[in-house]
Amino acid sequence: MKSLLAQKHKFSDSKAQIEFLEENRGFPLFADSLKSCGIFPLKPAGIDIFQMNIGKMCNQVCKHCHVDAGPDRKEIMTRETMEICLSVIRNNPEIQTVDLTGGAPEMNPEFFWFVEEVSKLNRKIIVRCNLTIILANKKYHILPEFFKEHKVEVVSSLPFYNAQRTDSQRGEGVFEKSIRAIQMLNEVGYGKENSGLMLNLVYNPAGAFLPAAQAILEGQFKQQLSRQFGIVFNHLFTITNMPISRFLEYLIQTENYEDYMDKLISAFNPAAATGVMCRNTLSIGWDGQIYDCDFNQMLELNVSGASKHIRDFDKQSLLTREIVLNQHCFGCTAGSGSSCGGATT
Amino acid sequence: MKTYYNPEDLKKFSKIGNFQKKLADKFFDYYGEVFAEGELSAREKSLIALAVAHAIQCPYCIDAYTSDSLEKGWTEGQMMEAVHVAGAIRGGASLVHGVQMMNKVNDLTM
Ligand code: SF4
Ligand code: SF4
Repeated sequence: MKSLLAQKHKFSDSKAQIEFLEENRGFPLFADSLKSCGIFPLKPAGIDIFQMNIGKMCNQVCKHCHVDAGPDRKEIMTRETMEICLSVIRNNPEIQTVDLTGGAPEMNPEFFWFVEEVSKLNRKIIVRCNLTIILANKKYHILPEFFKEHKVEVVSSLPFYNAQRTDSQRGEGVFEKSIRAIQMLNEVGYGKENSGLMLNLVYNPAGAFLPAAQAILEGQFKQQLSRQFGIVFNHLFTITNMPISRFLEYLIQTENYEDYMDKLISAFNPAAATGVMCRNTLSIGWDGQIYDCDFNQMLELNVSGASKHIRDFDKQSLLTREIVLNQHCFGCTAGSGSSCGGATT
Repeated sequence: MKTYYNPEDLKKFSKIGNFQKKLADKFFDYYGEVFAEGELSAREKSLIALAVAHAIQCPYCIDAYTSDSLEKGWTEGQMMEAVHVAGAIRGGASLVHGVQMMNKVNDLTM
């Protein structure tokens, strides 16, 4: 498996993806679906979560990755951009959560420094850790202790509680390493009752189907992981695969694109539309550009309004902006809804 | 390509009401009710439907309930075991009639 960029695939250009998504196939427009429930234009409700994508480099190359991450990706956030982010976080106490994602965010050479700095600001810190990074190199073996020291909430993908489905999506041997990494996190207290150390797992379907009900699946994961591996965790977040980047390419290659879009559109849920994560999140790209969410970031759809780069952060402009929408947004509103924190309804 | 079964036709199922609305409405109401949460969960019903789909060998139902079973969190192994249940019942149903054959043989032979 190679990134789309390494393959020189046409979808490594986000414009080609947008063109494809916008081709008329008789699908309703996402904006019209919002109009029909009276929430268009979509406006933010606040900026509670400051999500930073600190680099596209990753030790894995998962088939469904919306970032098109991989070892070949060199885009990485600099300390200078991180310093601007720190001052924005410091000056805006309503930002409750700093959510670090990637790629593998730990591969950014400034990662450890940055987490230490954010932890001085007394905000909740989330790290989206792909688990295998903990075992990838000796320098990352300290991650469980480091996360514990800074009370980081760890959010990690585990598409299923068996190797077959996990490895088919994330690569050969990933399941086994992920289990070992979760055990290491458990050993320092993560996921254990009363430890205060949160370990949340992320389920996303290993294919062109929608996620199962979050509560039911969480029960199954807990039972199976505890029985087979003695593993504990706090919550399971179910996330719908978005029809962009590598997953879009997968849908087209397997001739599932139209049926998948049909599925998302037929499952449009107005309650999920009201609760989409872009209403309380800002997403910052590796180069400091501001987006409504990590998906818009990968499609290079900047926020509307004047405040397009973190150095020009202007709360008023961001709070009054119109959220930029396109057909991929149907992924956030299908069924129980989907966000970086799982189902939204 | 002309074939008796076209995957696109599955999406047109609800259109059977165009020729006979009253009965279709009653059927779809009933269908919805059957698959709602009850003493059996919607999740369990989905796996039963998958097994029955194989017993009656309906390609539309196999298509629909394979997706639905995945979306209800069943594993490939569990789904295949359900298909084996259908297979075992079908095979058993044929074989148990062997007793009828044996009875007849006994009637006809010395
Ligand atoms: S899904 Fe996560 S772990 Fe997988 S390639 Fe993308 S960024 Fe890396
Ligand atoms: S894809 Fe992004 S912009 Fe669209 S609804 Fe989801 S969170 Fe909002």
